[in-house]
Amino acid sequence: GLFVWRLRNTGIRQTPYRFAHLYHIANDRLITFQYFNFLKRMYVTQYNKDLSQRAKPKSDSIVSPFYELQQLDREKKVVHKISPISPVHQSWSETSSRNELREMKSAAETEDSVIPVGAESKEDRQWKEMKLRLDDLPGVLARLSKIKLTALVVSTASAGFAMAPVPFEFTCFLLASLGTGLASCAANSINQFFEVPFDSNMNRTKNRPLVRGQISPLLAVCFAACCGVPGIALLTLGVNPLTGALGAFNIFLYTCCYTPLKRMSIANTWVGAVVGAIPPIMGWTAATGSLDAGALLLGGILYSWQFPHFNALSWGLREDYSRGGYCMMSVTHPELCRRVALRHCLALIGLSTVAPVLDITTWTFPIISLPINLYISYLGFRFYRDADRSSSRKLFFCSLWHLPMLLLVMFTCKKSVLEKEDKGDLPGRSCERAMEIRLP
Amino acid sequence: PPAHSRSDWIGPPDKHSNLRPVIFYAPPEESALERRLREARQEAQASNQRFWARHNRAFRQEKEEFIYSRLKAKGLEMRDESGQKATLNAEEMADFYKDFLSKNFKKHLQYNRDWYKHNFRITFLMGQVALVRALRWLRRRKKNVEQ
Repeated sequence: GLFVWRLRNTGIRQTPYRFAHLYHIANDRLITFQYFNFLKRMYVTQYNKDLSQRAKPKSDSIVSPFYELQQLDREKKVVHKISPISPVHQSWSETSSRNELREMKSAAETEDSVIPVGAESKEDRQWKEMKLRLDDLPGVLARLSKIKLTALVVSTASAGFAMAPVPFEFTCFLLASLGTGLASCAANSINQFFEVPFDSNMNRTKNRPLVRGQISPLLAVCFAACCGVPGIALLTLGVNPLTGALGAFNIFLYTCCYTPLKRMSIANTWVGAVVGAIPPIMGWTAATGSLDAGALLLGGILYSWQFPHFNALSWGLREDYSRGGYCMMSVTHPELCRRVALRHCLALIGLSTVAPVLDITTWTFPIISLPINLYISYLGFRFYRDADRSSSRKLFFCSLWHLPMLLLVMFTCKKSVLEKEDKGDLPGRSCERAMEIRLP
Repeated sequence: PPAHSRSDWIGPPDKHSNLRPVIFYAPPEESALERRLREARQEAQASNQRFWARHNRAFRQEKEEFIYSRLKAKGLEMRDESGQKATLNAEEMADFYKDFLSKNFKKHLQYNRDWYKHNFRITFLMGQVALVRALRWLRRRKKNVEQ
């Protein structure tokens, strides 16, 4: 599974009552940069485990993971609605949040400020009407579907598509990305639907839409169906049945296997790693129409990457897991946790070496990727030996840039399709076939 | 929540259970189905609240006891010279977390089963209520069009 350290920034508050929606977007960007600055100083408490991995778009680098889920839940709109009832109320919350903004800003600037676990704004402590407002809906649905994570899933699928040894077809690429994105939204929504009371009890997840009553469970399920069914249909009919089947299987694996398993056995981590490995395989099968060794290799790389990433992250969250009743290796089998992380760091080296053997990349790939793979393995070894917070954090942060860099290097070292054509072993084009069947 | 409001209201997280309490609105023309839904939600809420309040309280208590016993074993006091509360580092606490998790494993399994049952039942009832309301609305619109 994918874990993202989310910076708990209770400090930055805005008062965009009237321009709520526009402000949301502006806020996000403002906050992400400030997060980056506070990165070293603030106590990283939140994480987000999810469907995929961290193929971060290069521009975002460290910033995007920390962004998610803030207390961006400015209930300004709600305050706006409450105002007709009690104007005094509104002015109070306005001033209170402005004061909070000031005091939080100063608090945030102190070194090593440990954020109290339950820090909430005064707005959070108000009673809110459980009525769905249409202008809130896009934001709520975005959070419900973990849109940022979905974006990362889609980018890993695109990586799979790009690495496939076939000429690039743009429509196929679009359809595959869209279908994967919809499937991911559906899976994430169902996951949140299942986990409401547990999410309420964990710091990182307690601001999710279902936990806060911003959307009803029925609507969440309907949304999931409205994303999942068209998504899978799009993949099956518009791309190819294999990709559709993989998508459906991944949704099933995530919602019906991984989510309940989290509370029953540590095997959930392995299942979650498979869930994360499937999107690039889907990208590959979307392009080629078949499950080649290359697809499995790419999936394997992502599978192995999950372990250092997640295990390092979960090391700092043992208290929340223990109280929440989640069975994670970091709590129950700490030595195994570290061993597995190290094992898979080393596996990444091995897998990178196999890539040219399978004709996916040239031999420059294992050579160029060796330094970064060695570095993450070194950090993995340090984590294994030291087993402390600092080594786990180093490993985690390394995993965040390691994956996009590895994928990028892989792409630049991709074996040219022209060479393959000369050799006469170009795999069939799946999308075209699908289209031929539909078009008269 | 204001007295004239016709919707449910959700409050801030409870101190013990971290769950947000909901005050349900029972309209005077509530149908039997809607009443069943409301009661199911109330029951689930109460059951969740009971479980988590007790569970979190037990966690806090056992954590204190653990810290106390460990500090004693090390020969330290609960508060050091400056009056700060002495804490154990993460590695020492790890034993406690592991222990707590395994002790409560069966409890969690049972709770999971109950929670999933509640969740599905409530969502299904919500679906039924929504369907009935939609049909009623359609019927009313047809009547208006005919008139």
